Amino acid sequence: MKVAVVVFPGSNCDRDMYHVLTDVFHLDAEYFWHEKELPKNIDAVILPGGFSYGDRLRSGVIAAHSPIIKDVKKMAEKGIPVLGVCNGFQILVESGLLPGALLKNESLNFMCEWTSLIVENNKTPFTNQFKLDEKIPIPIANGDGRYYADDETMKNLKKKNQIVFRYNESVNGSTNRIAGVCNEDGNVVGMMPHPERAVESDINPNDNKPSSLIFESLMAKMGVNK
Amino acid sequence: MSLEERELAELKSKIGRDPTSTELQIVAAEWSEHCSYKSSKRHLKMLPMDGPLVINETGYDSGVLDVGDGYVVTAHIESHNHPSAVEPYGGAATGVGGVIRDILSAGTRPIAIFDGLRFGDIEKDLQARWLFKNAVTGIADYGNCLGIPTIGGEVEFDECYENYALVDVAALGFGKKENLIKNHVEKDDIVVLMGGSTGRDGIGGSQFASDSLESEDRSAVQIPDPFIEKLIIEAVLQARNDGLIHAMKDLGGGGLSCAVSETADAMDIGIEMDVDKVHTRESDMHPDEIMVSESQERMLIVTSKSKFKKLEEICNKFRIGCSVIGHVTFDNNVHIKKGENTVANLSADVVANATLLDLPSKEPTYLKTIEDEKKFEPISDYSKLMMTLLASPNIASKIWVYGQYDHEVGIRTVVKPGTDASVLRLDNGKYLSAKIDGNPKQCYINPREGAIGCFEEACRNVVCTGARPIGMLDHLQFGNPNDPEIFWTFLESLKGLTDFAKFFKIPCVGGKVSLYNETPTGSIKPTPVIGVIGLIDKKPSVPQKISSGDCLLIIGDTKNELGGSEYFEYVHKFVGGKCPTVNFEDSKKNMESVLSIIDKNLIKSAHDCSKGGLAVAVSEICMTNQIGCKVSLDKVPGEKLDVDRILFSESHSRYLLSFDEKNLSDIESLLKTNKVSFKQIGQFDGEQIQFTDASKLIIDLNVQKVHKIWLHALPNLVLHGKKTV
Repeated sequence: MKVAVVVFPGSNCDRDMYHVLTDVFHLDAEYFWHEKELPKNIDAVILPGGFSYGDRLRSGVIAAHSPIIKDVKKMAEKGIPVLGVCNGFQILVESGLLPGALLKNESLNFMCEWTSLIVENNKTPFTNQFKLDEKIPIPIANGDGRYYADDETMKNLKKKNQIVFRYNESVNGSTNRIAGVCNEDGNVVGMMPHPERAVESDINPNDNKPSSLIFESLMAKMGVNK
Repeated sequence: MSLEERELAELKSKIGRDPTSTELQIVAAEWSEHCSYKSSKRHLKMLPMDGPLVINETGYDSGVLDVGDGYVVTAHIESHNHPSAVEPYGGAATGVGGVIRDILSAGTRPIAIFDGLRFGDIEKDLQARWLFKNAVTGIADYGNCLGIPTIGGEVEFDECYENYALVDVAALGFGKKENLIKNHVEKDDIVVLMGGSTGRDGIGGSQFASDSLESEDRSAVQIPDPFIEKLIIEAVLQARNDGLIHAMKDLGGGGLSCAVSETADAMDIGIEMDVDKVHTRESDMHPDEIMVSESQERMLIVTSKSKFKKLEEICNKFRIGCSVIGHVTFDNNVHIKKGENTVANLSADVVANATLLDLPSKEPTYLKTIEDEKKFEPISDYSKLMMTLLASPNIASKIWVYGQYDHEVGIRTVVKPGTDASVLRLDNGKYLSAKIDGNPKQCYINPREGAIGCFEEACRNVVCTGARPIGMLDHLQFGNPNDPEIFWTFLESLKGLTDFAKFFKIPCVGGKVSLYNETPTGSIKPTPVIGVIGLIDKKPSVPQKISSGDCLLIIGDTKNELGGSEYFEYVHKFVGGKCPTVNFEDSKKNMESVLSIIDKNLIKSAHDCSKGGLAVAVSEICMTNQIGCKVSLDKVPGEKLDVDRILFSESHSRYLLSFDEKNLSDIESLLKTNKVSFKQIGQFDGEQIQFTDASKLIIDLNVQKVHKIWLHALPNLVLHGKKTV
């Protein structure tokens, strides 16, 4: 199986994600520059964190119109697993692949801290190895990380089981403490926290196993042995 | 803000004619204190710069250390004080940018940022609060966008920085030894300017930084663009991998003038360039402006014509500018043209090597009586006093600051900010520990001992993570050097640092001198900031959770040295007293003992005792572990002192070790063998932090309550203008 790591000029978690995919989980991964096309033999797409095009206008808004996103959309329609982390989540929201919006944190500051997630949907390609309500210690690092959905969107999210992760405690003022959502089909997942920063024990001060399940879920979905 | 009359006469006699206006601008930039180090250079040579791990190459802007297995670490420190005092957001951000490019110019990837921030008294001074808040945002916005973690630093407030700001930035880089840029030139090589366009920002910035800050000169402040810097990093590293760079230098102070003349001088070549070839932000820029503009995010690259094609492709991929502005010559001249017309033609040697000064120095008169103490009001309630201290800006938790910095990106950060020193993992299985420390309060009282104290404190911090110091960075910040009393404090600090570095065989791998730090009310206190880099071959000491029954042991003597302490200055509003001094032999013994104890895996954590003394250090351990502790002050080794002095003395060479009781005898016997002064002074338990003298309870604090105060005091003050206690 082959995982595409999409690289925008301002991506800065691309190498971290690539390291985790290849060195920790021994997956076949490849970088794809934002102006390139995605080949057909891709089994999963990851949009890593960073500041895609500098992001001074609105996080991810320009990236949503980049050439590679056209291909990501096609793959998403075909049901291929797509994960957006942090800026990747912002891009998925801006490009309409995921509902809602990501606004400035309640503190109005960039926030880098360890927090805890609760798994709300364990049916996606990135959460199928979790038990429901399982907790994940994980770090966040963002300025525009406050997930916002209006009442109607919230109603739909709940009805279609699209809330994937919630914060255990409110960290940034997100609607319903939402930290990650998926599309209606469940194959496109976006999350603000950084799983790639939490899967190795020497940099995770808590427990690295829960975060690892995000990648192991993808492997299970693809039928790759650990 | 130009050449002095004496310097103009010197220039005329050296070139045998009147300089052109462009020549004047170039020389004024390059002969400025900021670029030429003319006041300090002859003295800086006293620092030891060589060591078994140090790699010296021509024309590097950062120090290089060999960390084994074919890998190197690079390090550099800079400040951006004058710009930050005028425009803190842009000043601090471009400070980060500049030091990052110094790391990049050696051909290494920047992997960590540290920042030392100093402002006026934020409890009273709203301007200081504004400067602080915006400098932090500037650093955050820049470093976060680059994806380089800001993993450490320090924040300090003192009235001497009123209406001013010290913004120091240090950075570390990492790479393969074989990928280091070996600066060299070949016949027919061309000179390329890569990166952001040249505009009218930062005109005359280096001269601005070499003068007292009397007027707010906004055009001298540079405008940050972290996105372009990020693109430059990736483009340069790709060009490095492809072997496309012969020589490289970042554009910093003095802009093109300095980069071109220093490259020519260092490589022993000449450079001919055309200002019309420089990609500019505005169309009608004068050659003088182009030569001295300090627009950010630019690199000067020397390469061959054949390699340029590939370099251009890389720049196109990242959509950054890349202009061939000239070529290498062999007449050792810096020849600047505008089209066909020569606007400057000077020997690189003349431009790059200002005549060094030998400034007079004289011991300041204030030092004669500084050690005399006054009579202090007795303290009636030490618990209340502790709460005030824990909420004071210098001691309160700095999580509000480092929480705004992405300190995890790059997935190397093993020990996170907020502890003694941060630790990064390296690709060869080793670990790097680093810390920067300054202490202007102590340096004011005794410039020599104060500077040594900063150096030792930074060493103590990295030692607490299990690292052995392998290199130091010094950043020497003082007032106007033409004042002999100020220049004396500079020399004393430098001599102290030199003595300590030689004794411990820690080479100085990089440094910076920032003079003319003058505020409307006078000079700043002497503010050397010392960075220490440590290497860990095996596992780092990552603080483990302390539990009930664990022991607390102190290494090192507590002495009657409270000059410059938070207790004297914040509580008693008294500047003076005896500055703590470092006994080199004791310092070495203590350091080695802590390292062996960590190596034997006997402790849960080591913490250094510094600002706020023993009382604050113990409270910090208790608060971060959410556990109480009973400490017997009568057991603390050292001179027989009153309780306030034992609690708040800031004597150096002290470490607090926390460990399981079962390791007590092993630790004690190791310390006895090493003839180290130590004592078990407490045990962790319950929820109260208690200090007793004999059986008398002196301090009794609830750990949760003080933890809240300590955590929220700084944001309460900065964001809401509220004092917490």
